[in-house]
Amino acid sequence: MTETVLDVRDLAISLCDGPTPVAAVEGVNFSINRGEVFGLVGESGCGKSLCALALAGLLKAPMAISGGQILLEGRDLATLPPREMRHLRGNKVSMIFQEPMTALNPLMTVGDQIGEMFVLHRGLTARAARMKAIEALEQVQVSSPERRINAYPHQLSGGMRQRVMIAIALACDPALLIADEPTTALDVTIQAEIVELVLDLCRARGTAVMMISHDLGLVARICNRVAVMYAGQIVEQRSAGDIFTAPAHPYTRGLVDALPRLGRRLERGQERLTEIGGVVPAIRDFPQGCRFAPRCGRVTPECRAAPVSMTDLNKGGRVRCLHHV
Amino acid sequence: MLNVLLRRLVQAALTVFVVITLVFLLFSVIPGTYASSLQADKRDVSAEVLERIEAELGLNDPLPQRFGRYMAGLVQGDLGTSYATKRPVADMLAGRIWASFRLACGAILFAVCIGLPLGFFAAMRRGTWLDTATMSLAVSGLSIPAFWAGLVLMYLFSLKLHWLPTFGYGSGGLRHLILPAITLGIAPMALLARTTRAAVLETLNADFIRTARSKGMSEQRLVLRHLARNAFVLVLTTIGLQFGSMLGGSVVIEKLFAWPGVGSLLIDSVGLRDLPAVQGAILVIVLFFLLINTLVDLAYLVVDPRIRYR
Ligand SMILES: Nc1ncnc2c1ncn2[C@@H]1O[C@H](COP(=O)(O)OP(=O)(O)OP(=O)(O)O)[C@@H](O)[C@H]1O
Ligand SMILES: [Mg+2]
Repeated sequence: MTETVLDVRDLAISLCDGPTPVAAVEGVNFSINRGEVFGLVGESGCGKSLCALALAGLLKAPMAISGGQILLEGRDLATLPPREMRHLRGNKVSMIFQEPMTALNPLMTVGDQIGEMFVLHRGLTARAARMKAIEALEQVQVSSPERRINAYPHQLSGGMRQRVMIAIALACDPALLIADEPTTALDVTIQAEIVELVLDLCRARGTAVMMISHDLGLVARICNRVAVMYAGQIVEQRSAGDIFTAPAHPYTRGLVDALPRLGRRLERGQERLTEIGGVVPAIRDFPQGCRFAPRCGRVTPECRAAPVSMTDLNKGGRVRCLHHV
Repeated sequence: MLNVLLRRLVQAALTVFVVITLVFLLFSVIPGTYASSLQADKRDVSAEVLERIEAELGLNDPLPQRFGRYMAGLVQGDLGTSYATKRPVADMLAGRIWASFRLACGAILFAVCIGLPLGFFAAMRRGTWLDTATMSLAVSGLSIPAFWAGLVLMYLFSLKLHWLPTFGYGSGGLRHLILPAITLGIAPMALLARTTRAAVLETLNADFIRTARSKGMSEQRLVLRHLARNAFVLVLTTIGLQFGSMLGGSVVIEKLFAWPGVGSLLIDSVGLRDLPAVQGAILVIVLFFLLINTLVDLAYLVVDPRIRYR
């Protein structure tokens, strides 16, 4: 029996700094089951972080949720009063960020920063929270946690700091962990370790993970299902296996082709890995019709005529393309 | 740690040497001597007497010799004797340092107690009328000449409202301190308000504040535990610099309020070309600046763990 933890319906996020709001993200629909690892991929600037921040109630003006629902265990976060949202944040839904170097308070020991979670959501005393913090550090595999608890962030490496962030995020056994490119800023050698750590801890807790990444390869490897975002919309949503072997959207296809793969040879005459030409348009310059049309090899006049909606695929999943494979 | 203090000490000695030398040179090029200042006072002093006075004070000796004499004394802790009062400069300074110190403390207290909250609330309500009003006030505070502000305060609070004494030191109580301290504190207060606003805005944008929000804490806890201290670290240098330069900045204010501090002594002594007294006053002002700066460095060791291990 799968149970839905998060159900996002028609989420729209707009930039509200001018006379008329500009939609940066719109029509985002997806759901995540308990304990599932859900992937969100796309190039830089396509709205992944905005979605993540919206889910955690962390959008900052001038960005704001302008429509839709975010149902976390049945409660709509999009309309929840700030006070109640505060009780859920860190407790039911947690987030880890891309930049471990700056994400921790430089003037507080990591012990206090982890312990704060238990004080906030479990009502523990500072002393009891400290004991729990040591435990939490141990769980993220930091050696000699009794000593490290007194360290300040600047005394730790980037990988260490990200472990501390993970300890903070998972301290209260949340139902959902949003990981916004948690390893992009880290050394390649420890990226895999950190990802494994997150997955192991979440599996043990039954915590669902929304893994945001540029890296379709990583996401396809660790996720159950994957959504691909382009220019503020989800353009394809499939099971992880399918998206890799049989991408339906030309954009996804481009992402897959751009991946270096072991055992895959360059075809004859092909000099290098193919990249998708062009860049993601800025939010004020989204095209009228299909937003990928300007960069698409399969574009036809009707693509540009009107917005394209999501359609179901026979083989399972959904895609936003008139000429999908 | 000890290393730092030692380096500071050497630095201080160098600074003092440079400043003392500059004042010496300056005095040798500006027109007039102690003796001629007596004459300018329209006192009937004969040329003969003047010459004798100058000879007695050794003012006719060549510059290097006079400089060497002064420095030799200084190294032994002797600040020399005032030409005008014939008293040891150290004695003259002793009482005045305390007066100036009280004034500086009053002024920095005013600046911090008003400037920090103003800047903080302006930042928290950025873009609102409160922000605009506060920052306009801060700009005015920086651009108004201090002595004019002093005159206005004097007029309002002592001549019109009779709340506070107009000027003077009184018997050393607080009532006499209030007006000069506020006058001296206005510009630092305005500067602090601006720096604090910028510091709070910068901190609000920091990643760790977003992390703190993601933990689900109240706005109050966020401000108290995560924002305030980090923003304060950014403001501390400004507070120190303002406090340190206060003795120098108080010269005009002391004169205006007839405050018997180092600043008034400096002005009077320059008028009299009383070089030892001038040197003594400037020495105090410079040493105070260096001392406060060192204290700020030490304060950083306490509030910022990143510095401890550097
Ligand atoms: N506060 C803001 N004001 C204006 N535009 C914004 C703001 N925040 C985000 N944007 C724009 O919204 C779009 C989506 O941004 P977002 O940060 O979600 O991208 P992303 O997919 O997370 O990219 P990356 O992989 O680089 O993190 C971008 O075009 C960005 O310029
Ligand atoms: Mg991002």
